[in-house]
Amino acid sequence: MSAHADTHEAHAEHHHKETFMTKYIFSMDHKMIAKQYLITGTLMGIIGVIMSLMFRIQIAWPEEPNVIFEALLGKWAPGGVMDADIYLALVTIHGTIMVFFVLTAGLSGTFSNLLIPLQIGARDMASGFLNMVSYWLFFISSVIMLISLFVEAGPAAAGWTIYPPLSALPMAQGGSGMGMTLWLISMAIFIASSLLGSLNYIVTVINMRTKGMSMTRLPLTIWAFFVTAIIGVVSFPVLLSAALLLIMDRSFGTSFFLSDIFIQGEVLHYQGGSPVLFEHLFWFLGHPEVYIVILPAMGIVSEIMAANSRKPIFGYRAMIASILAIAFLSTIVWGHHMFVSGMNPFLGSVFTFTTLLIAIPSAVKAFNWITTIWKGNIQMNPAMVFSIGFVSTFITGGLTGIILGDSALDINVHDTYFVIAHFHLVMGISAIYGMFAGIYHWYPKMFGRMMNKNLGYIHFWITAISAYGVFFPMHFIGMAGLPRRYYTNSTFPLFDDLANTNVIITVFALIGGAAQLIYLYNFFTSMFYGKRAVKNPWKSTTLEWTTEVKHIHGNWKGDIPHVYRWPYDYSKPGHDVDFVPQNVPLKEGEEELQH
Amino acid sequence: MTALLTILVLVCIAIAIWQLVKIFDLAQVGKSNDQIATDKDNAINGYLMMGFLAFIYIITIWSVVELGDLPLLSNAASEHGAQIDNLMVISLAVIFIVQIITQFLLHYFAYKYKGEKGKTALFYADNNTLEFIWTVIPVVVLSGLIIYGLFTWNTIMNVSEDDDPIVVELYAQQFSWKARYGGADNTLGKANVRLIDIDRANILGVDESDPNAQDDVIVSEVHLPVGRPVLFKIRSQDVLHSAYMPHFRAQMNCVPGMVTQFGFTPTITTAEMRQTPDMIDKVAKINKIRAEKSEELIAKGEQPLERYEFDYLILCNKICGKSHYNMQMNIIVETQEEFDAWMKEQKTFKNSLIN
Repeated sequence: MSAHADTHEAHAEHHHKETFMTKYIFSMDHKMIAKQYLITGTLMGIIGVIMSLMFRIQIAWPEEPNVIFEALLGKWAPGGVMDADIYLALVTIHGTIMVFFVLTAGLSGTFSNLLIPLQIGARDMASGFLNMVSYWLFFISSVIMLISLFVEAGPAAAGWTIYPPLSALPMAQGGSGMGMTLWLISMAIFIASSLLGSLNYIVTVINMRTKGMSMTRLPLTIWAFFVTAIIGVVSFPVLLSAALLLIMDRSFGTSFFLSDIFIQGEVLHYQGGSPVLFEHLFWFLGHPEVYIVILPAMGIVSEIMAANSRKPIFGYRAMIASILAIAFLSTIVWGHHMFVSGMNPFLGSVFTFTTLLIAIPSAVKAFNWITTIWKGNIQMNPAMVFSIGFVSTFITGGLTGIILGDSALDINVHDTYFVIAHFHLVMGISAIYGMFAGIYHWYPKMFGRMMNKNLGYIHFWITAISAYGVFFPMHFIGMAGLPRRYYTNSTFPLFDDLANTNVIITVFALIGGAAQLIYLYNFFTSMFYGKRAVKNPWKSTTLEWTTEVKHIHGNWKGDIPHVYRWPYDYSKPGHDVDFVPQNVPLKEGEEELQH
Repeated sequence: MTALLTILVLVCIAIAIWQLVKIFDLAQVGKSNDQIATDKDNAINGYLMMGFLAFIYIITIWSVVELGDLPLLSNAASEHGAQIDNLMVISLAVIFIVQIITQFLLHYFAYKYKGEKGKTALFYADNNTLEFIWTVIPVVVLSGLIIYGLFTWNTIMNVSEDDDPIVVELYAQQFSWKARYGGADNTLGKANVRLIDIDRANILGVDESDPNAQDDVIVSEVHLPVGRPVLFKIRSQDVLHSAYMPHFRAQMNCVPGMVTQFGFTPTITTAEMRQTPDMIDKVAKINKIRAEKSEELIAKGEQPLERYEFDYLILCNKICGKSHYNMQMNIIVETQEEFDAWMKEQKTFKNSLIN
């Protein structure tokens, strides 16, 4: 009895007031919350990718029995043949998971939490408690989304854009019953989580910068996270209201989005609503959302490119200006998703104009990245190859935006595979490259160990080849008029000559999917068996590398370091080493760059 | 077949991984593995960057050569289609030029400036002239595209009633299409889904008391006289659909509770289109594929596929439920005489009702 009490006391003393629960589960420490976001995002990502591989197999070999389908889909694949309803559900949930759960929460949640306090020199987020609540709301919404996969009539299947009336009427589609209800609840909670997180990031960046850390000495990562949070606060509430109104239409008989509907032999009572209104509300978030996804990746890539090129980022001020320009324009371009929705053609003209404008800051960023590596001393760490990959796919994917953003051209490629190719390259693959780059780069900071670089290279090169192999040919089958979200193309002989291309695409997708196993192996084994990291493995200038390898609450043991220079003093003439950390005072006579 | 391909894929992956591990292991001989890129890593990845650049070019060329004839770039069957195709070709040209140059710069720099011990990077933080140049160039190019694009858009969307277009209602429902003509007066009778009376065969909810509705004609295949503007008035009875007519470069959503519209002038009859060399090639290619597939099917004891003959189509291009993938209707473009003869055979709305 007494022995038990003794060990208990010793245990308590050893751990101070940290218990397993407060350290790993309900942690308020930003570094732990970042890891929680990353792991949850990774698990959701695995599910999302497996779904995409399943529907790619269906497209390549339509209606052929497959043991994988039989095993994973159960009653939705009688005899191993995928059902048309579950095909749409897979497409829908794949989109939802990848856009929101992986590339919003997984990417922004991980790196904003990890880097904002560390890079601006703060002991933690402004509110650790809100931060914890934000993560747990995200976790709950993930769980609800996964539960929705198992309901009787199937998960939501109206596309990730859930346009009513399809999403509003259970008689129009099985997935629009309980599955859609859970989808909406999950998303409402997700939005709450995202808003709490974003407010926290904004407040922290504005109020808690260390001495000397002026806004023009912030690393571009922080600029990107900061502006992303602002876009999120502006646009996510609009999606929340759209979701709430849709819930009312579905459950309480209101007519916000529905009117004059005759389905299954009866006229419904709805009158006066308009699905186009929903489209406006959805895309008012939906378009800024793609920048919520891509801006953090841009910030991460800018940081990594400078550090690994051993050069300052080129055009620091232009980079900030373009982030701000993109953020502003991103809120006034949503209509380019709706050129053929039936809205007034004049509005289409306006949105064409604003949409093509957004290509300008994007082009500036691409040129600045290219100039950053020009005459550099490029260290090809896995994070760097992913960053170069990011710029490559961002350019390839971004350029076709010129076609989709042009209302006249959009008429014929709208909702075809051309669109799939475009947005997967420009925001899907690019953002995931940014995320991988960030993970390889900050893994030592997160887990105190290094990831295996050779596995990292293999991961990159297979992924890079597969990504182009999957999405480049898609442009062409899109231009041939093949619509997206078709369970099979075999009902149209017109598309028979595309079948081989679809097989090639699926083969690349399977290879690319398999390559992610290498990454997962590397990620999880390095946590325990990776080589121990040193304090500043990449010889970077930013403040996070001045903290100890072992995480402590409050980040710095002594005082928080002060900042005396911008974050990109790489290879600055007059110094012995090729990097000068931000907390090193200017030498006598040294001038800070007028950036 | 599936199993074989799956195995092939797995074998390819295994070989690729094995080879890559070997390459990277070679770079590690005699080095302590501290997981930070060495000069050898820099060199290998630098070369791979050039290899990857080659891969991007190759897949571009392959796509254009192999798949480039699939896009419907040269056979638009409507008056404004040629304009869209022209703009498309210009935009694609701009895109390809920019793509080739920027990808080259990116990958070549990555190769050229790969890190070496003892080398120092150039401290080069900004240059306002350069920033100005690559702000202005996109501005100029995009202005051109915007102006051309908006001009085209306005021509397409401004359907003038003065051209005396033939008015056709497209009516979408899960998962089929119907079309309604205004009849002799070319005026559609009023309609609302609340007036649908299945027992009386009033399936589109046409107002039986509207005098304009009496001579309306409801059909399941659209016929259009060549050279005459057509104005589609588009309705949906249940969920969103999209009337996609790729050969005419035409698309508009079908929105319940609202009438949307899209107009164009068909310029090539179905019969003429079937005789164009491009189309003969395409159809021959498709029929070859179908013949091969039919043999497989017959071997399995199933029905062979029918021969494909070209027809203009209207497809549903907005996710609308389970059978979204099979919601189609033929469009026949024909001479005015053929059209008139066809129209004469159709029942008017008044006569199609069951009393």
